[in-house]
Amino acid sequence: MTIANILIVFLISTGVIFSLVTALGLVRFPDVYTRIHAASKSATLGVMSILLGVFLHFLMIEGIFSPQLIIALIFLFITSPVAGHMIGRASYMTGIPVADETVQDDLSRVVEEKKKQN
Amino acid sequence: MALQILLNFVLAFAWMFITASFTPSGFAIGFILGLLLVILMRRFFSHRLYLSRVWAIISLTVLFLKELVLSSFQVFRIVIRPNLNLSPAIFELETELTNDWEVTLLSALITLTPGTLVVGISEDQTRLYIHALEFDNVEESVDSIRNTFEKAIREVSRP
Repeated sequence: MTIANILIVFLISTGVIFSLVTALGLVRFPDVYTRIHAASKSATLGVMSILLGVFLHFLMIEGIFSPQLIIALIFLFITSPVAGHMIGRASYMTGIPVADETVQDDLSRVVEEKKKQN
Repeated sequence: MALQILLNFVLAFAWMFITASFTPSGFAIGFILGLLLVILMRRFFSHRLYLSRVWAIISLTVLFLKELVLSSFQVFRIVIRPNLNLSPAIFELETELTNDWEVTLLSALITLTPGTLVVGISEDQTRLYIHALEFDNVEESVDSIRNTFEKAIREVSRP
């Protein structure tokens, strides 16, 4: 019982810490692309470990097996990188500039060429 | 692969009908015996044994989870740094993968890799445009990680 409790507390607090890191990253990072880095990785892991902790709590302490939590976990895992990619792509195509610190930009050349063709 | 799995299921059901034990354990025994038969008859299949592909999928999933944890810790380290001092960049990466699902899987893996995010794919799907959080120390490690990812995906899709 105590091992289960330790595991559940560890998972849920890890999730909360990573969600906090996401929020901090959203405030501190300079441009939209670096913010997507924070939002698409730490948030995924944070919510996933909270869901896993809740699943283990219901399984090991309340004795209820709830497959919805597992399904939610898998859906989140599949969709969140795609969401990050789409937001990044949409903001690049609509011409939102990258931060001043940016060293190299290979994509701008391609977008310019495409605009010339149209 | 699908044919072999289907054959294995048919053999398991045949075992259940032979022994007249319609229980999960009867099915499990039939499945294991059918698996042994499929392994014995592997020279008659045109593709490799489906077990090796299942194993490749499992190892790809483990790799995925490991990279997710590592990348979250990297973002954590960067965020709590007093001076951010980032050097982001967008660089080009050529891929040898051809199928649509392979490219999709590779870009999802790269997005969840430490410090990289896919922001664009070229029209002919041979080049990915990747936004890196820290360019100087990431590019080489990204190259090696990409090699492991591409290799793992090729291992899954090999006929």
